[in-house]
Amino acid sequence: MDKRESILQIEHLSKSFPGVKALDDVNLEVSEGEVHVVMGENGAGKSTLMKILAGVYHADEGRIVLDGKEVFIASPQDAINQGINLIYQELSVAPNISVSENIFLGSEKSRFGIVDRSEMNRISRGILRTLGAAFPPETRAGTLSIAEQQQIEIARALNHQSRILIMDEPTAALSDRETDKLFEVVFSLRDQGIAVLYISHRMNEVIRIADRVSILRDGQYVGTLDKEDINPDTIVTMMVGRSLEDFYEHKISTNIRPGTFIVENISDGKTVNETSFSVGAGEILGLAGLVGAGRTEMSRLIFGIDKKTSGQIYLDGEKLSIQSPGDAIKYGLGFVPEDRKLQGLFLQMSVGDNISMNVLGNLSKAGILKHSTSNNYARGPMSDLNVRAASTSVSVESLSGGNQQKVLLARWLAIKPKVLILDEPTRGVDVGAKSEIYKIMGELASQGVAIIFISSELPEIVGIAQRVLIMREGSIVSEISNKDEISQENIMYYATGAKTPNYTYKKTAGKI
Amino acid sequence: MKKLSNQKYSSLMKSLGILPILILIVVLFSFLNSNFLSGNNLTNVLRQASINIVLAAGMTLVILTGGIDLSVGSILASTAVISLVTSLSPVMGHFGVPVGLLFGLLIGIINGSLIAFLGLPPFIVTLGTMTAFRGAAYLLAGGTTVINNDLGFSWIGNNYLGPVPWLSVIALVVIGLTWFLLKRTVTGVRIYAVGGNAQAARLTGIKLWKIMLIVYGISGLLSGLAGVMLSSRLYSANGLLGQGYELDAIAAVILGGTSMTGGMGGIFGTLIGALIIAVLNNGLTIMNISFFWQLVIRGVVIIIAVVIDTFRVGRKRD
Repeated sequence: MDKRESILQIEHLSKSFPGVKALDDVNLEVSEGEVHVVMGENGAGKSTLMKILAGVYHADEGRIVLDGKEVFIASPQDAINQGINLIYQELSVAPNISVSENIFLGSEKSRFGIVDRSEMNRISRGILRTLGAAFPPETRAGTLSIAEQQQIEIARALNHQSRILIMDEPTAALSDRETDKLFEVVFSLRDQGIAVLYISHRMNEVIRIADRVSILRDGQYVGTLDKEDINPDTIVTMMVGRSLEDFYEHKISTNIRPGTFIVENISDGKTVNETSFSVGAGEILGLAGLVGAGRTEMSRLIFGIDKKTSGQIYLDGEKLSIQSPGDAIKYGLGFVPEDRKLQGLFLQMSVGDNISMNVLGNLSKAGILKHSTSNNYARGPMSDLNVRAASTSVSVESLSGGNQQKVLLARWLAIKPKVLILDEPTRGVDVGAKSEIYKIMGELASQGVAIIFISSELPEIVGIAQRVLIMREGSIVSEISNKDEISQENIMYYATGAKTPNYTYKKTAGKI
Repeated sequence: MKKLSNQKYSSLMKSLGILPILILIVVLFSFLNSNFLSGNNLTNVLRQASINIVLAAGMTLVILTGGIDLSVGSILASTAVISLVTSLSPVMGHFGVPVGLLFGLLIGIINGSLIAFLGLPPFIVTLGTMTAFRGAAYLLAGGTTVINNDLGFSWIGNNYLGPVPWLSVIALVVIGLTWFLLKRTVTGVRIYAVGGNAQAARLTGIKLWKIMLIVYGISGLLSGLAGVMLSSRLYSANGLLGQGYELDAIAAVILGGTSMTGGMGGIFGTLIGALIIAVLNNGLTIMNISFFWQLVIRGVVIIIAVVIDTFRVGRKRD
């Protein structure tokens, strides 16, 4: 491979937001005519880095060197003028105007103040042809598919003489065929000498298209792999900073009592149909499935948040009557919701108040609290769960995602739950905190808590769950109880409907 | 270390709130008019502020939950009339105050029930009760002014505890109790929780309806108290009383730094906010500035105070 000209150097770039250091001394070097993939977990700093390049944010420290000259990118418009174009995950195509008007949005061609549509159409047609687009420039943009709208954005970038094109997970909403098409476009851009910075989570596509891969972790630059060094194991190890075994390491209970918590025929008449399962004390039961399969909805029914139309719930053989979250808490159920900011935390309130919220009644005498009762109470759980905050009186808002999540966990551990439902407990949490959360789950399970673990990240289901139930379209379609058979592939077969459902409900499922 | 001290500084500034602005206005008036700082006049200011303080205390609780209570002025008027009418009746003569308070509490609970159980927006519900009980006040007063020159509870509005008017004593006690409720009780923490994140509050088992009944109930009760206070001061009551008072109460709460979206703020700021409004009214009046100009100046000061507060605390704007 011949040596390509280096076009962009990022040196010692840092950027902080209140409470988090999003980028910490990051270096990156991009050459023209390459597809340079940037990988990293959620919160690793990829998006921040790209937004700095696109002029949305400004770096606190560090230099950006373009064509050998240090540049300052003041605004998104400035980035475009300097030849850098960011194609956002959410497309910014105006649906009610034509394709060519979209391509020229903000830089319309005009003669004597009158929009020159025919000139715009002529130029657009040329660009669209090089992209292999099958639609004419006069088409109304809103009538096109997402993949075609993406082509409009790429055409817009080319129209601006873009030399660096940043694509943020462009295949997230595309079908396989559309993805293939997009890759052809990406390759042809590369061959024209354009540098494509490509953010992706999908290992398969990274291996297919990357000339080089750079990895970020917790806001820091880990390293860059050349084409011949790219392989999944190396990438994952670089992303998580340790081998996978260490990452998922957690206590495993040796004393599971099957059938502790039983849910039978639960439904809401809409999304969840007549579903039954059981989970044992000490067991971590994974609940897998695609987004929208009904896992969250089912948990909300169990916990009394939404009204169920049928179903019985038993704990230790006793039938529970749960009409509201308050009832569920009284029986010893805990529920960590999937969106901690929207459904979990009181962001402006203190760490102490957040942790003690569920047990305030018990900490008070006749409803009256002593001075800083909640702060004193929260200190124990805060250090047990290793919540990093200056004190219990700072607001939760100022903490990082991982620490926020630990505050929420601490709140639910305060009720000493017998059953704990965790809905996407590691979403938007940094790698270190993820690993800590797995360890907390293991610790709880070995203390005899029955854990229902909902996650859309298959690797963690495979790494943590002892038994897996797979949901699809509101029903449980399969159960994998042999730990060795829990694999991403096996789960996906059932989650997508590629294999026919084979689930049979057993009151006392799980190994002893 | 430097960062921490910055944080301490900003939290100190936050807790002081708009107190510096109140001090600034007081200093300004004392230079402009030598009578302003006299003991007599300060007593006047405190007394003039008292009704608004009582209304604003209830309003603070309501706004902390993310709601609003537009009906406080109308509740004030109808309780004032009811207390007066009761005090004139031969049998119930001694029960003017408790009847008034109970009536206020009842209307508050009606507000709270409509919001909690029917899920109606507070703005709409209290707009409705505001209108309805304004009408009720006129009806109860028979379209005229009810007068009782021999009013049994006239001491509330006209006597002093030492040098301090009873009206002001009551207002300060209300502030103290509200502070205790917010800072030292489980209910108080839950009021903040519901206002900060109602969904999350529900998941922690907090019964939202209970909190709604409590805050609107208290707001109604305090409006009733304000009605008793005002009618006692005047020895009379009519359907016109307290018109527009809800806006002064809301202004005091907002000036005090309580967020209209709920979950943030406190009673101390409300006290300062109400005092700022009272000091402005008083100061401008003793300087013989026309009422029309007073309105203009008050409006401008409210906006400026909130702007200064926003920048000083450096609230996030994302």
